[in-house]
Amino acid sequence: MKARVHVMLKNGVLDPQGEAVRHALGALGFDKVEGVRQGKVIDLDLAADATEADVTEMCEKLLANTVIESYSVELL
Amino acid sequence: MKAAVVVFPGSNCDRDLAVAFEQAGFDVSMVWHKDSALPEGVDIVGVPGGFSYGDYLRCGAIAAQSPICKAVVEHAHRGGYALGVCNGFQILTETGILPGALLRNAGLKYICRTVDLKVETANSVFTDGYSAGDVIGVPIAHHDGNYFADAETVAALKDQDRVAFSYVDNPNGSVADIAGILSENRRVLGMMPHPERASDEGHGGTDGTAMFRALAGMVTSA
Repeated sequence: MKARVHVMLKNGVLDPQGEAVRHALGALGFDKVEGVRQGKVIDLDLAADATEADVTEMCEKLLANTVIESYSVELL
Repeated sequence: MKAAVVVFPGSNCDRDLAVAFEQAGFDVSMVWHKDSALPEGVDIVGVPGGFSYGDYLRCGAIAAQSPICKAVVEHAHRGGYALGVCNGFQILTETGILPGALLRNAGLKYICRTVDLKVETANSVFTDGYSAGDVIGVPIAHHDGNYFADAETVAALKDQDRVAFSYVDNPNGSVADIAGILSENRRVLGMMPHPERASDEGHGGTDGTAMFRALAGMVTSA
């Protein structure tokens, strides 16, 4: 079983890297970009009997820092 | 009077911190990240700066899950003293001992220079050697020192007089100019600036010495 975890900074938490990417896109002439948020994708190879609840626990304990980040789990 | 300094793969301020403790009169032992217990009778644990585990995932995230950090968390929960500097501050927030988190600097750049810090409270074993309102020069050297906590947490930190230091001229975007904070029992301090790098004439400044000297005095009399 495989799972994909998306980790993003929460809304309201400044994302200076995303801002820098937005500026760079603007400098390249992409003038329709109104905002950029940068996050992480973490792919997990899991044993067949792993559950979504296991992945959620991994997110809570390590993969995301819920003070600043939100996450979503996608089973593949 | 015993101090233990934790060493992670990637720590690079561990020896500086040990020397600062030694100069204040502590017996210092270095503790490896794979150890699962602190030495017997340790009064204060130093969590040093550096790039533990290469800053993989998030600064301090992997270190916070190491065997020694479980012992550090237990030490703090028992009411033990701990000082986390720079990466050590990041690690202490990742363990949950201290609230909030450290984000990438707002200007995106790694910053390495001496900054002015305002002592916000003298009411802790760490800051007892200063007076509230003192301005001291202490070096910073970080890429991820932008302190963040939600408005409620920041209000609580201020209400409880737990902001130890603030930046006079905020270099990294930290909320409310916060440079260092205390735990609820005031026995754990996390700060991004490096007091151990301002504790010898050769450093170009000794404004950090008062912290280690006060620690030595208070821990002994406690």
